[in-house]
Amino acid sequence: MMKGDPMSETIEDVSALIVNKLLANPKVPRDINGSSKIVEDLAFDSLAVMNFVMEIEDEMDVSVPLDRLADIRTVDDLATCIVSLKNGG
Amino acid sequence: MSIFDKFRTVEQRLALLTAGGGRNPFDVMIERPVSSTVGIIEGRETLLFGTNNYLGLSQSQRAIDAAIDAVRARGVGTTGSRIANGTQSVHRELEQRIASFFGQKHCMVFSTGYQANLGMISTLAGKDDYLILDADSHASIYDASRLGHAQVIRFKHNDPDDLHKRLRRLEGTPGAKLVVVEGIYSMTGNVAPLKEMAAIKRETGATLLVDEAHSFGVLGPTGRGVAEAEGVEADVDFIVGTFSKSLGTVGGYCVSNHDEIDLVRLQCRPYMFTASLPPEVIAATMAALDDMVAQPELRTQLSQNAAQFHAGLKGLGLNVSQQVSPVVAVTLETVEEAIALWNRLLDLGLYVNLSLPPATPDHRPLLRCSVMASHTSAQIARAVEIFAEAGASLG
Ligand SMILES: Cc1ncc(COP(=O)(O)O)c(C=O)c1O
Repeated sequence: MMKGDPMSETIEDVSALIVNKLLANPKVPRDINGSSKIVEDLAFDSLAVMNFVMEIEDEMDVSVPLDRLADIRTVDDLATCIVSLKNGG
Repeated sequence: MSIFDKFRTVEQRLALLTAGGGRNPFDVMIERPVSSTVGIIEGRETLLFGTNNYLGLSQSQRAIDAAIDAVRARGVGTTGSRIANGTQSVHRELEQRIASFFGQKHCMVFSTGYQANLGMISTLAGKDDYLILDADSHASIYDASRLGHAQVIRFKHNDPDDLHKRLRRLEGTPGAKLVVVEGIYSMTGNVAPLKEMAAIKRETGATLLVDEAHSFGVLGPTGRGVAEAEGVEADVDFIVGTFSKSLGTVGGYCVSNHDEIDLVRLQCRPYMFTASLPPEVIAATMAALDDMVAQPELRTQLSQNAAQFHAGLKGLGLNVSQQVSPVVAVTLETVEEAIALWNRLLDLGLYVNLSLPPATPDHRPLLRCSVMASHTSAQIARAVEIFAEAGASLG
């Protein structure tokens, strides 16, 4: 995966990266995957979600507008959103 | 399924807070103020170190007299909005006073500082624009982002490089970019690196709004806030603030050199659809401003007091904010520890604010203290002593 080249980053890649980042936090359950729900399964409050997304933003060199977060439930949703933002939408 | 189901979480959290027989921290009553620095709480004289009353002007004799005169002359309320029957000569006069204090052309006065942020930010940043917020912004700024229709992007707290990165990512996208920062952050007392942020604003062509709620009357050679202290007032498009802290009354304002302010008045819902400030509040506010201007030594005293209190708590080995400002936050590791200490401080006659996550920046609880110009050196020493006694009694 070449960082910065939008075409080389698939939703699966980004989703895996997010799961890895999440697992770095010892409080997060070990059995998470792309379909884990961020609020329900990870017990994140709204601030924790925003702060976590900020870490991913750094990694992916993208800014996710807060209103987009409203539609995001699972790790895969977040990955889809980031890939779409990186491709200009 | 009841409409109240969603309140069960907060009910449980409240039950945990008070489980050990502790007080409800959100329900403290100051039975009456004895002075700006002492109030009666639970029947006892208690030192007030959590009131935001930075200059002690809530008890200004000049403001009290002015309010009484205004009430006698004009009655107690306006019963209307600024764009209907709620503008009296005193509202215009206050706007002119605040504008000229800041050396700016225009001022809009709001009924609270919360509404000033809510109104200005939601109205300025429109549907096709970007609103770029510091991650640790006050609730009024986050709420403004939800009332308005702009795309909202957060940058890392007080981090000019991160702000720059995010503005750079938006290069070439249509729409205005409104950057919002606070002068002194309300929870931690951190001061914004406004010089660097102003340079980024100039470079990227963004618009800059600074909320000086906690820095007005506190920082800068004449008390105009962080923008004045850092010499970047010319780069700040809008300064928002409140009368509810250093001036000791209530109300909010926005000052600006942009002539479009008069058009904002006609689009800004939190300005248009609420009653204007009552005349006695306006009179008291103008008198408190007179006090503040006439006594620059209040600011000097405040910064000395802040330094004494900050050094005192640091000397006890407490984890206090790095920057010295009148907001001195003590970070604790666990909520239980914070609740126990806060209760013990109040038992011993010291009132500070208990701030719990998620209202705190990093998931750790804070004992948020605020220092006043009117605290005596002996009161500050006593407050530090109470921290030491409370800490010792809790181990
Ligand atoms: C940073 C900040 N902005 C705005 C406000 C709102 O001020 P007011 O009390 O006038 O509504 C506050 C105070 O609560 C604040 O801390």
